[in-house]
Amino acid sequence: MSAVDETTETAAESVEELGARARAFIRANLRPLGRGGHRDFARSVVPDDEEIASVTRAREIQRMLWDHDLAGVCVPREYGGLGLTPAHQQALNEELAGYEFPYHLQTPTMSPCMAVLLDFGTHEQKLRHVPAILKGEEIWIQFLSEPSGGSDVAGALTTAVRDGDEWILNGSKVWSTGAWWSDWALCLARTNWDVPKHRGLTVFMFPIDQAEIEIQRIEMLNGNKEFCQEFMTDLRVPDTDRIGEVDQGWTVGIGWMFHERMAMAHNEPVITWPPVGGHGIYGAGLLVDAARQAARLDDPLARDLIGRGYTTALVGDPLQRRLGEGIAGGHLSDQAASIGRLYGWEVMKAMLTIPFELAGATGAAWDDDDGALYGTGHAYMVRQAIAIAGGTIEMARNVISERVLGMPREQSFDREVPFRDVPRGPTS
Amino acid sequence: MRWELTSDQQFFRETTARFLEDQVPVATLRALRDDPLGAPPDYWRRGAELGWTSLLVGERLGGGSISDAGLVDLTLVAHEFGRHAAPGPLTTANVAVAALAAAGDAHAAAVAAVVAGESVVSWAYGEPIPHDGFGTVTLEVRDDGDSVVVAGVKRPVEAATQADAFLVTGRSGDGLTQVLVPADAVGVAITPLTTVDLTRRCGTVSFADVRLPASAVVGEMGGAAEQVEHQVRLASVLCAAETTGAMQRAFEMTVEWAFERYSFGRPLASYQALKHRFADMKMWLEASHAASDAAADAVAEGAVDAAARASAAKAYTGDQGSELAHECVQLHGGIGVTFEHDLHLFLRRITLNRSLYGTPADHRQRLAALLIAREEAA
Repeated sequence: MSAVDETTETAAESVEELGARARAFIRANLRPLGRGGHRDFARSVVPDDEEIASVTRAREIQRMLWDHDLAGVCVPREYGGLGLTPAHQQALNEELAGYEFPYHLQTPTMSPCMAVLLDFGTHEQKLRHVPAILKGEEIWIQFLSEPSGGSDVAGALTTAVRDGDEWILNGSKVWSTGAWWSDWALCLARTNWDVPKHRGLTVFMFPIDQAEIEIQRIEMLNGNKEFCQEFMTDLRVPDTDRIGEVDQGWTVGIGWMFHERMAMAHNEPVITWPPVGGHGIYGAGLLVDAARQAARLDDPLARDLIGRGYTTALVGDPLQRRLGEGIAGGHLSDQAASIGRLYGWEVMKAMLTIPFELAGATGAAWDDDDGALYGTGHAYMVRQAIAIAGGTIEMARNVISERVLGMPREQSFDREVPFRDVPRGPTS
Repeated sequence: MRWELTSDQQFFRETTARFLEDQVPVATLRALRDDPLGAPPDYWRRGAELGWTSLLVGERLGGGSISDAGLVDLTLVAHEFGRHAAPGPLTTANVAVAALAAAGDAHAAAVAAVVAGESVVSWAYGEPIPHDGFGTVTLEVRDDGDSVVVAGVKRPVEAATQADAFLVTGRSGDGLTQVLVPADAVGVAITPLTTVDLTRRCGTVSFADVRLPASAVVGEMGGAAEQVEHQVRLASVLCAAETTGAMQRAFEMTVEWAFERYSFGRPLASYQALKHRFADMKMWLEASHAASDAAADAVAEGAVDAAARASAAKAYTGDQGSELAHECVQLHGGIGVTFEHDLHLFLRRITLNRSLYGTPADHRQRLAALLIAREEAA
């Protein structure tokens, strides 16, 4: 299961050549990230106009990558990519350390959405969307989780009913990041209530900006409104925008989950992301920024925390590489991507917690002059979002123990019964 | 250990694994508990014939590697040592002989003897409380015309009673100096220590104004700091690889146990509360493999991040190795804390490796210094 083009091109560009080309492009066109003040979603409430400006900038950077033959390094050439290897993508990632990059276009647009399209879409569907994604013209969103169930995604209640060449969708999806500035949605819907839950699902795609889709923004505990809930009322989707077979949506869903976990683990070759051990967003350098701002660079306790975070970050990249190689080489089940998802949380937990610890009381009360310590309390308090979004760490632990180690599966009451007869709580 | 080995590396690893299974099965390890040497007779020399002591020595001095990276090859041996809780001064002897070989032809005879397994040279680096802060060196090496004088105490020194000589790291004014000191030199006193490991031995070695010819100096008088730093990295890589091997074995034993042990009519492996702990352990284990292998590659290549990779591997395997070993004990229940069960062999090995050549906390201080220096330079 891979979005990577396995065919080897003759006279393909070498990893070093791509790295050198990327370096030249990045130095000439991209802005280096400033020190301190990483005002990401966790630390602060980004005003809507700033959010839109940064999304616009992300589209611009993506377009520049496209124009300079650096977009879709591992995407097949026939869909606008370069058809090269994960090692080439890694070279681009490393060159991006310390520079801006199209952050908003990675997850979920490149993966899982584009990766799912590449794995399961028809040739026509891929031709229509993949180049547009690689040019920064289409930002995608997942319509996956529902208010009635978080981890149990196959228990979707959103319903699609066939009407000639179209489907009519009704239901609600939730936890989609930035739906209000996105363009297209990938949606899992129930098309058959009379079969067990995994056998009655189908996947669709559609543009978000339609009257039949109402978007509400959800305010997180730190005041951020990046997540959304959507309500679909008699939304019509042409059958040509169905991905995969009718009622076989869980086949697509399994691939979807796989890519989501790989993306959460920063181990997805269609994702462009600088190494986490480096400087930049969630890089270990931010620990030093925080300690410097707190005037604790010489404090052995602060240095222990920095060393702890740096260790966690440094182990991350080789682990993800090992898992990727283990899966590709058949040494590990592809479910081992969950190990990477779990470890990705370890890294983010360190990056969201240690600056707060270094901040002392400034972690609880700050102002605009606090630089790298600004908003560390918010980041700390909202950190569990990282352990929930993209598949909870509890689900990851289930998958690792059951699918990687082969331990007995948890008992469930929704197998081998028609979905409409599955017990549901009083609120759903 | 990496997924893919070359066929030569695979053969090399299997040869060592078979030798260890044959020579030091757990029954033998238990019998060696009170043996002063902690190994069967001729064990180390025969191991040397398999290549255990030659991988960090160039061909000109009688060494050689399986691949292009002798250190990577040596981590395969270290991994098997961990899996088998094998006896022998693998880390200390290899670090010492690498330092001797790095000094050119000056110590060629000593190198040849170590490579052949005829003698053991052990690295004497750490010092007793209150000078036990990692990297603290107070032992003095004085230049005295045609001779050098070594004065101070080293502890813990691995294989102290077994070693024929010590590579002693000392201070000469502002610089570091390393000296090859025969164990039987006048003024050398060796006292055994009680050690957590069943077969690896440590001791205190004191040097009471030990006078040696100037030729005993390894490298330049006062100019050894860079070489010592390299030795710290080598030792970190080897400890991490060995600990990962011990973690692998302890984990496999415990997974097997979880499937076979039934409570309340169901296997332990069916309890979600326990399954989730196995999931965490699996993550620590794979991360330890990855960290160790990345460190071996970086140090072997002399990469710019070699120091950081080595310390990250040492710190990570030290912490998570111990955590994993204790979880394995807990999941075994009472049998896990008995001498009768084999689990403690691996807990011991992990505990020893955690403590020698810098604890996880020591390596975190190194990592912080490296990261701060990098960020200040950026």
